[in-house]
Amino acid sequence: MSYQIPKFRHPGLPVNELGYTKAAYEGSISTLCAGCGHDSISGAIVRACHELSLEPHKIAKLSGIGCSSKTPTYFLGKSHGFNSVHGRMPSVVTGAAMANRDLLYLGVSGDGDTASIGMGQFTHVIRRNLNMVYIVMNNGCYGLTKGQDSATADQGSAGKKGDVNPFSAIDLCSTALQMGATFVARSFSGDKEQLVPLIKAAMSHRGFALIDVISPCVTFNNTPASTKSYEFVREHAEATGTVDFVPMREEITTSSRPGAAYEVTMHDGSVLRLYEDAGDFNPLDRRSAMMAMMNHQHDGTILTGLIYLNKNSRDLHDVLQTSHRPLNQLEEGELCPGNKMLVNINASLR
Amino acid sequence: MKPTNIKNPEYFHKVVDCQYACPAHTPVPEYIRLIAAQRYSDAYMINWYSNVFPGVLGRTCDRPCEPACRRVRVEEEPVAICRLKRVAADNKDDISDRLPTVPKKKNGKRIALIGAGPASLTVARDLAPLGYIIDIYDNQFAGGGMMRSQIPSFRLPLSVLDEEVNYILDMGINATFDVQVDSLKEVLEKDYDAVFVGTGAPRGKGLNLPGLEDARDHVFLGIDWLASVAFEHTDKIGKRVLVLGGGNTAMDCCRTSMRLGGEDVRVVVRSPFEDMKASPWEKKDAMAEGIPFYNNHVPKEFVIEDGRLKGMLFEKVEALYDDQGNRSLVPTGEDLVFMEADDVLMAIGQENAFPWVERDLGIEFDKWDMPVVDRTTFQSTNPKVFFGGDSAFGPENIITAVAHGHQAAISIDLLCQGKAVSQRPPPLTNLASQKMGVHEWSYDNAVAPDLRYPVPHAPLDKLLKDRKLEVELGFDVATGYKEAERCLNCDVQTVFEEIRCIECDACVDICPTDCITFTANGPEEELRTRLSAPSTNLSQDLYVSAELPTARVMVKDEDVCLHCGLCAERCPTGAWDMQKFLYNVSRATA
Ligand SMILES: Cc1cc2nc3c(=O)[nH]c(=O)nc-3n(C[C@H](O)[C@H](O)[C@H](O)COP(=O)(O)OP(=O)(O)OC[C@H]3O[C@@H](n4cnc5c(N)ncnc54)[C@H](O)[C@@H]3O)c2cc1C
Ligand SMILES: Cc1ncc(C[n+]2csc(CCOP(=O)(O)OP(=O)(O)O)c2C)c(N)n1
Ligand code: SF4
Ligand code: SF4
Ligand code: SF4
Ligand SMILES: [Mg+2]
Repeated sequence: MSYQIPKFRHPGLPVNELGYTKAAYEGSISTLCAGCGHDSISGAIVRACHELSLEPHKIAKLSGIGCSSKTPTYFLGKSHGFNSVHGRMPSVVTGAAMANRDLLYLGVSGDGDTASIGMGQFTHVIRRNLNMVYIVMNNGCYGLTKGQDSATADQGSAGKKGDVNPFSAIDLCSTALQMGATFVARSFSGDKEQLVPLIKAAMSHRGFALIDVISPCVTFNNTPASTKSYEFVREHAEATGTVDFVPMREEITTSSRPGAAYEVTMHDGSVLRLYEDAGDFNPLDRRSAMMAMMNHQHDGTILTGLIYLNKNSRDLHDVLQTSHRPLNQLEEGELCPGNKMLVNINASLR
Repeated sequence: MKPTNIKNPEYFHKVVDCQYACPAHTPVPEYIRLIAAQRYSDAYMINWYSNVFPGVLGRTCDRPCEPACRRVRVEEEPVAICRLKRVAADNKDDISDRLPTVPKKKNGKRIALIGAGPASLTVARDLAPLGYIIDIYDNQFAGGGMMRSQIPSFRLPLSVLDEEVNYILDMGINATFDVQVDSLKEVLEKDYDAVFVGTGAPRGKGLNLPGLEDARDHVFLGIDWLASVAFEHTDKIGKRVLVLGGGNTAMDCCRTSMRLGGEDVRVVVRSPFEDMKASPWEKKDAMAEGIPFYNNHVPKEFVIEDGRLKGMLFEKVEALYDDQGNRSLVPTGEDLVFMEADDVLMAIGQENAFPWVERDLGIEFDKWDMPVVDRTTFQSTNPKVFFGGDSAFGPENIITAVAHGHQAAISIDLLCQGKAVSQRPPPLTNLASQKMGVHEWSYDNAVAPDLRYPVPHAPLDKLLKDRKLEVELGFDVATGYKEAERCLNCDVQTVFEEIRCIECDACVDICPTDCITFTANGPEEELRTRLSAPSTNLSQDLYVSAELPTARVMVKDEDVCLHCGLCAERCPTGAWDMQKFLYNVSRATA
């Protein structure tokens, strides 16, 4: 019986700059259904964090409620974690990020957790451009509560029960663009070649980074009539272009092939390269990105890859001009200005 | 790469590393599971059919399976495959009613076996149940060959050897002991349908050094001396003994000397410690008995004083290796080293000798004066004469002799039926799903770090007083169980059915050792550079599927698969399944 994963790993696993193998970024064995797309996304997160040589104790993973929100148990077992309430992950991250700006915040949510109960929180955290990665594991249903249609289910799509969804769908990437998101991407759990570099890029972005990952629910929504099935997504996905992510530490000239359509130096010095194969679309231009989204919706295809990136993003800390030293490291002396200062302030208000 | 043809029995056979490495291809994991299930007699019989001497081999086998064991790819030491075999032998019930019945009415074919070592006994074991009339001739007083004359009783008790030799001799074999065969021609003239030569490599090599003439009474050939100890012609040795040579014979000589009165027993070897031919465990056991090894010492001469052996002189050398790894032993220029000795045992090798085989019998001999023998059929250039065991290609070990015996028996059976000996019967195979439930398999699929358990030894002071007291006590049942659980069940194969695969990556994500990759196909060498984990063990195959809907293929590197079954558990469509692959080498008895 396998409720445990063997401790043995491949003896030749590569180590990253910290000397860790991928195993240092793994979590407990998944309890999700066999074949659930969410597990692949967990795998992609493990790979991205390992390849970026992130220190596990410098990452905080937060989630809401749902099968998707359970996944933080299955990756980054040595990082901080907070499994919050349904739809409330964004406000918990906001609090944590305000208190300690030094951690990398990875929010994990589902389409139900985000687009239904958490819609208000989602839109506002985008508006504020909180410095976090927000991954939606989007399966078009409430997997955990037995597969009811979610707000991202496409009109006309049908899951296991066979009832056709009569309502129009919320497109999370379009919504994010509307709300002023500074990094928007869409991917597919079954395409790690695309997903891993996108996660790395999102982690290097200063500001709010959304990755809406279509992640089939094999148990309730992987039917021939579903638009969130493995087969449908594979047939209808069209990539904006191949993404190459070159971490800051690597020699940028050697590791990449030539002919990039766009090259962006990220906040931390890493370089993101895009090799375009999706027409005259410019992911650095918000209008172009919105246009592309609309065109694909019209054509019935799913646009995947990096959709929009704002190179001049200023995150919430920048905007609020908060202390560079994390709040949780400030002592009483620094936090409490003292009686003299208070008297001055009061005097200025007279 | 072309999709892997898993219908070819050799593909999965190779995945079962231990079984593949075993010359007789014993279904190791199958018997190890039976030991864990405390079904010792069943485990014993699987061994008995395959390697004929489970009790003997469970104590003495050269264990080519162990270095091959998959466990060494994730942990330091292999499964104690050999010593588990002994657990089956020690704990079995009376198995005499499970032995094959030998027909009273014979098939009329008469076969002569010369030598009664493991090779000949295997031929007898395979052919007697088919109704052949078997005549064995051997120059010792009982069967077993070198298992009796060479392997000391402290490693192999006589009772164990007798039991397993007698299972065979009791099959109505006509055995003539204490008879030296001096002419193969005479044997052939008795009109046998086939003759099997299993006479081993009985001649010990010696060193003709200055002083040997005068030292003669105190210098012995190791294998002759061991035989005379085994046959109780010798029961003591001098206090100071020099054993020359670094192989297993040297180890048996030095340990036997310690038991016959030797006090200062030294092994003196030309080569460095690492290059010594003896198995690592034999060296370890000798050292544990307090025997020092003098490496890099080349024997130069016997020192005689007053017409008596006083000791020996050795030249110190250094091993130098060239680019090709060829070794040369270069003298260091230091003074010769003198070592005192009352007796010297020369254990520097054995060779074949066929003075009794006439050279006009149609049997071709090569430039090393060895018979020309086919490596598959064991037939010589005289179609009726077969060679096997040490007599075929030089000294090896028991399990190799057994493997040869099985193949020679097939050939003899084919020959007697008038069939071509080159038409080998295929192996018997079976592939069956082990699935019992969502998370349940009919084998113990959990894998956990667990270091190899040492086999307990009898106390040294007692051992040195009694040359027949067995050193190893064997695993007790509880430890045997724990050791058995270390086995990774490499015969439970990961079988992939591409038409069911939806390419969800679940198997890739769960696999603890990153065996699985979905990627574009390519030539093997290049494909290996694109796999999830480094694919550097080229002796292990890649399992490649047919093309999948995304135009990729599934590639599984068999190298570090733990056979944990998680890929199959996580697969939502049952594209992966864990299926037990049984592979039984074809036998004449089949
Ligand atoms: C000291 C020593 C220790 C060893 N320890 C091990 C061990 O631990 N494990 C292991 O696997 N192997 C061991 N071996 C090797 C192993 O014993 C042999 O490889 C194996 O016994 C070979 O089997 P066989 O059937 O070919 O011949 P043998 O076992 O050599 O049997 C040949 C028989 O034929 C008889 N014979 C020979 N010529 C004639 C003739 N002209 N007429 C009549 N009879 C004849 C011989 O006396 C003998 O009985 C050891 C060998 C030595 C020397
Ligand atoms: C406040 C609250 N309301 C409702 C629920 C019931 N509930 C649990 S999970 C879930 C939906 C989860 O859907 P999603 O976020 O898409 O996750 P999935 O399981 O599909 O990955 C709901 C409605 C709850 N746990 N808490
Ligand atoms: S119910 Fe659906 S979303 Fe939840 S674990 Fe199962 S497959 Fe995944
Ligand atoms: S792990 Fe078991 S089956 Fe695999 S090679 Fe070792 S003994 Fe044989
Ligand atoms: S059985 Fe499957 S999951 Fe387990 S190690 Fe082998 S390939 Fe990986
Ligand atoms: Mg959902």
